Amino acid sequence: MAVTDVTPNGAGGDDDQAPRVALLNNPEIRGWIFQIVLAILIVYLVYAGWSNMNANLQAAGIASGWAFLGNNAGFAISQSLIEYSQASSSYGRVYVIGLLNTLIIAFFGIIFATIIGFLMGVARLSKNWLVSRLATVYVEALRNIPLLLQIFIWYFGVLRLLPQPRQGFDFGFLGLLNNRGYFAPKPVWGDGAEFTLYAFIIACIAAWALGRWARARQMATGQTFPAFWTGFGMIVFLPLAVFVITGSPLSWDIPVMGGFRPSGGMTVIPEFIAMLVALAMYTAAFIAEIVRAGILAVSRGQTEAANALGLRSGPTLRLVVIPQALRIIIPPLTSQYLNLTKNSSLAVAIAYPELTSVFAGTALNQTGQAVEIISLTMLTYLTISLLTSLFMNWYNSRVALVER
Amino acid sequence: MSDQPNTLQVAYVRRELLNEEPAPASSRGPVAWLRESLFSSIPYTILTLLCIYILYVIIPPVVDFMVTNAVWTGSDRAVCATEAQGGIQPNGWFGACWAYVDAYANQFIYGRYPDAEQWRVNIVALLFFGGLAPLLIPAAPFKRENMLFMVFVFPLVAVVLLTGGDIAVSHLYIPLAVLAVIALGVVYAFAKGSESDPLPGLKTTAAIFAGLFVMLFVLGFDFGLRHVETEVWGGLLVTLVIAVTGIAASLPLGIALALGRRSALPIVRFFSIVFIEFWRGVPLITVLFMSSVMLPLFLPEGVTFDKLLRALIGVALFSSAYMAEVVRGGLQALPKGQYEGAMALGLNWTQMMRMIILPQALKLVIPGIVNTFIGLFKDTTLVLIIGLFDFLGQIQSSFSDPAWSSPVQSLTGYFFAAIVYFIFCFGMSRYSMYMERRLDTGHKR
Repeated sequence: MAVTDVTPNGAGGDDDQAPRVALLNNPEIRGWIFQIVLAILIVYLVYAGWSNMNANLQAAGIASGWAFLGNNAGFAISQSLIEYSQASSSYGRVYVIGLLNTLIIAFFGIIFATIIGFLMGVARLSKNWLVSRLATVYVEALRNIPLLLQIFIWYFGVLRLLPQPRQGFDFGFLGLLNNRGYFAPKPVWGDGAEFTLYAFIIACIAAWALGRWARARQMATGQTFPAFWTGFGMIVFLPLAVFVITGSPLSWDIPVMGGFRPSGGMTVIPEFIAMLVALAMYTAAFIAEIVRAGILAVSRGQTEAANALGLRSGPTLRLVVIPQALRIIIPPLTSQYLNLTKNSSLAVAIAYPELTSVFAGTALNQTGQAVEIISLTMLTYLTISLLTSLFMNWYNSRVALVER
Repeated sequence: MSDQPNTLQVAYVRRELLNEEPAPASSRGPVAWLRESLFSSIPYTILTLLCIYILYVIIPPVVDFMVTNAVWTGSDRAVCATEAQGGIQPNGWFGACWAYVDAYANQFIYGRYPDAEQWRVNIVALLFFGGLAPLLIPAAPFKRENMLFMVFVFPLVAVVLLTGGDIAVSHLYIPLAVLAVIALGVVYAFAKGSESDPLPGLKTTAAIFAGLFVMLFVLGFDFGLRHVETEVWGGLLVTLVIAVTGIAASLPLGIALALGRRSALPIVRFFSIVFIEFWRGVPLITVLFMSSVMLPLFLPEGVTFDKLLRALIGVALFSSAYMAEVVRGGLQALPKGQYEGAMALGLNWTQMMRMIILPQALKLVIPGIVNTFIGLFKDTTLVLIIGLFDFLGQIQSSFSDPAWSSPVQSLTGYFFAAIVYFIFCFGMSRYSMYMERRLDTGHKR
């Protein structure tokens, strides 16, 4: 059989080294033409938007710039970690307070969501029929109802129905609960309290060092050491001992019912409670599914192999199943944490004073600096997200299985 | 089984099989099930009792509120308030006020859409669900025609019916004509440059522009329908309009972005990554703020978008970024051999994506796509924050009506909303699980 040389366009010349291809049919050149057209289009759109914006701002008489951040905000904020006064504090301070409040709600929300989520995830796998069914109902119900609706239910439906302060619940030492919020006892640290803190820090470092030492010794000699319980004991008892020795420098400021509203203690505003409960319970439903999938993904053979090696059920879980399940659980878990943080912006609907609510809401309405305020708010969330995903990438590359 | 035992003549070896016996009573029937799954050990028993207690605490009050104590009929707030609150119910009464939901049902569905024009919404809903149901049922015939109807005809009909048509589009004819000429020219030059037949390309381009002209004509045609501003739209109508438009826009945009992110062209990849990461990194509510406050600033003077359209743009861009990541997961899950096989067959990039890669990739990520849809459906509630009256927003705003105000009104409204949202979202998730099982070819890993 004769081998025919097939060249495109019927130009069967043996003299050419490469077949002649029209410029447009060269994929590389075509790719570049496409990209350049796209880039020009995008740059034009951005430029047009930018110049329109400047023209519109000028027409509306709004001076752009960041000077407004120094102006006095002049509105009240119901919860702030740092000092804030309606009379003198600036918009810049409003921003910081909003950011801090976002971080607080995210912090507590993540803790509670993780606890509830892990419990529910494990409960869904329980062999107890009733437990697994209840957990399933919890997950399906909470996942399929919008978060905003859940926030409304907790805030307008439940907390608003709590009694007035005078008829409110009194838990004695644990504080008061009424429709003004939860009034918790506040710790008042006396002289010498800092020594307890130092003792705690020292105990933590010592426990960590002990753990390392025990591990190294086990690697070298095979002898085990109850590092966990020793460390735990140190962390609990060392600060406790120092606390007692320094004369128990702690008293509690317990809230009491005043004439009009409770006085003393720490006030947890109802908006915070509603946000926290709704965010934690909603996110927990997603975390439960992640945990369940993670545990199911560790194949049964792993447990069997561990049993065959003579490990009991505790060590099997701790040394074999959980480390492998965590590898699968942690990446989606982090993205749930991130979702929770972003979802905290829904607080604007019930006026919990976090970033979106006080800064992109009230401050924007007062100043009219839409471009600056929205950009700053978005950039803030974006920074949080990008930092988290950077951490995630680092973590993933650390724990990823190294194959072949 | 060897037959050796049969040859042994030993008295204690049984020759014939025993009759089958049922399993012992302790390991079958409800008692065994109870022992096995509820009371197998002391901790389990404690857990079971705890669960029963939780059920006892939760279920009776909820049933009392929702059914036993509920008020089903009535004309104003008196039926849903206790005597102390100026109503007819005994003091201490606490139940749902379904009469209020009934009185507001029309508003919850249509918002303030004029009563006389609501038949238009009904027709759109009928066309939508009528067109959607056969698409979702795998055995239903005419999939292709149905799809074409839903993609090309339905949106146009829906826009005309819902807004009333007669939209000012006359100034768009000339730019579109110019664009058509340019596009035809480019296609022709392209075909000439690559020495192939220009006719098929020209035909396709001409057909696309003819379609666009028809679309403009229909949108601009005066059908004699009364114009209904989007300001008066509300309730389930707005929720569904936002959700369906968001879903319809985010799927193609998301696929394009996912392909862009996996593209070999650096500039395309860069823009895709920036776009996706930006929208995924910010909360939807800031996106909605941006589209309602900042977007008008970016437009040239005189061009205005209506509030609903601005929210739609925000929602579509936001969800397309999430969709892109889902689709990218599918693209990455396909073995490299699929790409190489397609290239070896001599397919070009478009053909490869259209015929080999995307069908498989999209099938792999159906659960993810539906999850994004569910998320989008739930997220439509956020538009109430920027002052649109979606289903939840309409319920929320009905609380300010003194005619029905009572302490149980808000809980009733929220329960009702929760049930409606749950039905939609749960239905979607069940359907995705069904499709996943159906489409599972066993090729996954």
